[in-house]
Amino acid sequence: MDATLVLTQLLNGLQLGVLLFLLAAGLTLVFGIMDCVNLAHGSLYMAGAFVCATVTLATGSFLLGILAALPAAFAIGVVVEVLVIRHLYQRDHLDQVLATFGLILVFDTLVHLIWGPEGLSFPLPPILNGQVTLPGGVVFPIYRLLIIAAGLSVALAMWVVIARTRTGMLVRAGASNPRLVNALGVNIQALFTLVFGTGAALAGLAGLLIAPITEASIGMGNEILIVAFVVIIIGGIGSVRGAFVAALIVGLIDTLGRSFLDGAMKLVLSNQAAETAAPAVSAMLIYILMAAILYFRPQGLFPPRVR
Amino acid sequence: MRIKLPIALGLATCLVVAAFGPAQGADKVKIGFVTTLTTGAGVIGRDMKDAVDLAVEHIGGKMAGIDVEVRYEDDGFKPETGKQKADKLVKADDVDFVAGFIWSHVLLASRKSVLDAGKFLISSNAGPSQLAGKLCHENFFSTSWQNDQTPMAMGEVLNRKGVKKLYVMAPNYAAGKNMVAGVERTFTGEVVGKDMTKWGKDAQLDFSAELAKARASGADGIFVFYPGRAGPAFIKQYEQAGLVNEIPLYTVFTVDSISLPLLQKAGLKGVLGSLMTQFWVPDLDVPQNHEFVSAFREKHGRYPSFYAAQSYDTIFFIKSAVEAVNGDLEDMDGLRAAMAAADYPSVRGPYTYGNNHFPIQNFYLREVVEDADGNWTTRTVETVYTAHQDSYASECKM
Repeated sequence: MDATLVLTQLLNGLQLGVLLFLLAAGLTLVFGIMDCVNLAHGSLYMAGAFVCATVTLATGSFLLGILAALPAAFAIGVVVEVLVIRHLYQRDHLDQVLATFGLILVFDTLVHLIWGPEGLSFPLPPILNGQVTLPGGVVFPIYRLLIIAAGLSVALAMWVVIARTRTGMLVRAGASNPRLVNALGVNIQALFTLVFGTGAALAGLAGLLIAPITEASIGMGNEILIVAFVVIIIGGIGSVRGAFVAALIVGLIDTLGRSFLDGAMKLVLSNQAAETAAPAVSAMLIYILMAAILYFRPQGLFPPRVR
Repeated sequence: MRIKLPIALGLATCLVVAAFGPAQGADKVKIGFVTTLTTGAGVIGRDMKDAVDLAVEHIGGKMAGIDVEVRYEDDGFKPETGKQKADKLVKADDVDFVAGFIWSHVLLASRKSVLDAGKFLISSNAGPSQLAGKLCHENFFSTSWQNDQTPMAMGEVLNRKGVKKLYVMAPNYAAGKNMVAGVERTFTGEVVGKDMTKWGKDAQLDFSAELAKARASGADGIFVFYPGRAGPAFIKQYEQAGLVNEIPLYTVFTVDSISLPLLQKAGLKGVLGSLMTQFWVPDLDVPQNHEFVSAFREKHGRYPSFYAAQSYDTIFFIKSAVEAVNGDLEDMDGLRAAMAAADYPSVRGPYTYGNNHFPIQNFYLREVVEDADGNWTTRTVETVYTAHQDSYASECKM
């Protein structure tokens, strides 16, 4: 186990972590502030990927794809909020789960009708397709570095907006006591729509960032959504800071587990047993962590101070 | 009361007819076809369904003069759903044959439902070692291959290419384990690293950690098995990680007619020239194959995949059996004997069945090339195995 490999895997874990953060940020805001479980959050991730892939393939420019997909995801988020989610805030969680599960089916079928079952794959611009050699001899894909940079910038921007601006203050106030904020003359409904749309745009960003690595495919969001839920539970529901820390923890645990667990298990088990057990155990690690958090600290690592 | 008696009698007659009526002389050959039509793997199911529909069209919708009816069921990429669908096909729909099955774990879960109901089970793709060995059954047939065979052929190719250190990656499920066992059985060099990744509906598609390990392992060849959409995802990341010129790629069931158009659209030239082994190639010089490939391309505007080839064969395979018994679907022994003879025009050319009802057939080395029209496809390089039988046949007591 050499240092170069460990460094590379730490970077890989960080990259997975920031991607999870982008998805979890919107989820935790909607869950924490509006008290609404949105299973269809992954569909917005998928929408970002498909719009970006379509525009990139049509124009040949990944940048145009990004510029089209972000507002598109925001707009889809707003439409979904106005048409469906808005009517669910006062209902209980089971109704919300049912309705948003229905939304998943609608989105998956829509994508099937528009783009067919095979998914979309598009190339990265040559400048992003290469690798860089970092100090320490780590050879790392440029594009994955870009994902890390984008994720960290978004995290910083979100911190500034929520902690330092008037809108951020209203969001925090709305989370703590929506009726009072409304009584003070703030249009809380519009605020919720804005928050939901922003969460959708962030999910769309995560989707369009992953699409050049894997592809845009039906149901891609449903798979990662479960991990995003794990992230917000570990981080504390409603806390963006918690989502950030938990996403990095989950990203690192998952990547390091996949990298080094089989080697570690071979020290105590036979080769054959380690090879069979390691992938199963590494897939379970983040759920084991979640279970531990739920047992010892059910409110999560960084529960919001309100409530 | 008097008026009701005739009605009751009439009803009773209807019931008797319904219960005993259609026993003689089947009015339809009913085939249940279980595949994956939803999720990201739905594209494989579409290829299989298109091929089955084409085959039914080519035989005029009839076998031995009886109408053919195919019922498609979606397994949703989940063993438990596949089993439910198989149960429904044999109980509610009372089909005569249950065919299809992309995934080994789905086939293994569905096997008992079909065989216990006394129906024929035909795998159009999956070839788990269990069904070839201890769990072999007289009513089970494969129109594809046993999982280990294709990677075994690849192991031979790796030896000939002088690969000394191999890095192995495959999904962690029944077929993935067979593929790895297959290549390890024939490859004589050293396996320097192995990753079995998460599979199923929420399969792992980001291989950053694994590719970093492969680079650090010092391997001079990487062997992967990633069917469906994981294939293009893997190849993209292999190229993005800059491994194309460092560790040559050898695949089985990963680069196919489903992934190649996607890879071409994405301009991933790294896949051109990569090698794989397979029992069938689109350019195989067999009359039935020419007819199949050209008709499929004409109708759907794309090359058929091996999944499609096996599914097309499935229909002609069933037809040969139904005609051998003159349409008497009650004659299970006759049907079975006819199927075991493999007396039908397969797109791969003639082959025979082993005692475990898996094909004894050739395996070819294929290379990714650009065809005359600029489409990416594969061509035959050489024959690796002639009339090859799987390694589990001796475990089958049949």
